[in-house]
Amino acid sequence: MEPSDTELIAAVRKGDVQQFETLITRYQPRVFATARRYARREDEVQDIVQEVFIKAFQKLDSFRAEAPFEHWLMRMAVRTCYDFLRSHQRNRETTLTDLSDPEVDWLERFAAGPEDNSKNTDAARALVERVMAQLSPEARLVITLLEIEDRSVKEIARLTGWSVPLVKVRAFRARAQMKKILETLTREKYL
Amino acid sequence: MDLEKLQQKLMAAAKATPPSDQVPYAFEKRIMARLTAPLTVDVWAVWGRWLWRAVAPCMSVMAALGVWVLATTRPEPESPNLEQAIENTLLSSDDVAGE
Repeated sequence: MEPSDTELIAAVRKGDVQQFETLITRYQPRVFATARRYARREDEVQDIVQEVFIKAFQKLDSFRAEAPFEHWLMRMAVRTCYDFLRSHQRNRETTLTDLSDPEVDWLERFAAGPEDNSKNTDAARALVERVMAQLSPEARLVITLLEIEDRSVKEIARLTGWSVPLVKVRAFRARAQMKKILETLTREKYL
Repeated sequence: MDLEKLQQKLMAAAKATPPSDQVPYAFEKRIMARLTAPLTVDVWAVWGRWLWRAVAPCMSVMAALGVWVLATTRPEPESPNLEQAIENTLLSSDDVAGE
C-alpha cells in the first residue's frame, strides 16, 4: 500500500528527504497542467514546476494539514504562475495584428455564422492564447480560473490569497479588458 | 459582431482542450537533485546584496544629518568687504612680525 501524503510529509519533516520524491511524482502532472495554462514555452513550464516544488519543500513546516496537501500545493502553484506572469509582463510576444491564416479563417467563419464554427478548434485555441497574452497578469489569472477552469469566486480567493471582493472586482475588470481586446481584434480584421 | 458570443466560443474552445499533464522523463529526479545538492554560497553575491540593502538606510542617515546640520548651524556674522579682507590677510604677517 502506498504511503499517504501525511505519512510522507511526516517522514520528510523528520529528515528523510527522499520521501519528498514520492510527493513530487504524485502531484507533478497536476502542477504541469496548471503551469501550461500560463506559460507557453516548455522550458518556462519546467522552471515554474521546479520552483513550485522547491518552495513546497522549503515551506513544508508551515503546512498545517488543515486542508489536503494537494490544495496547499495547488495554491502555491497558482501563486507561482501569477508571479511568472507578472515578471514576464513586459516581454509578451504575441500581437493582435499578425494572426495566422487559420485564425483569420476561424474569425471570418464566426462573423458569417456565430453558431456554426465548431471546426478547427486549434485555431480557436491559438486565438484564445493570443487574447490571453494581451491581458494583464491579474486579468489572465482570473479569466483562466473563473471562465476556463470554472472555479468559484471563493475558490479563487483561496487559491490566490485575494479577498472575495477583490476577486469580484478583478473579474469585472478582466471581462472588460477582454471585451476591449476582442473589439480591437475584430476591428483590426474589419470583421 | 457579437463580442459576447465570440468570448463564449473562445472560452469553450479553451475548456475543450485542457493543457497536457505530461511530465518530462525523470523530472522528479531533477528536482530532488536540486533539493539535495550541497548549498554553495556565493560570497560576492551576498556582499553585493547587503550593499544594496544598505543604500536606503545610509541615504536616510545622510538626509537626517543634513537636515540636522542645517537646523543647528548659526548664520555666520557679516564678513568685512573684500577690500578689507585682502588688506587684513596681506598685513597679518606684518602684525605678527611687529609683535
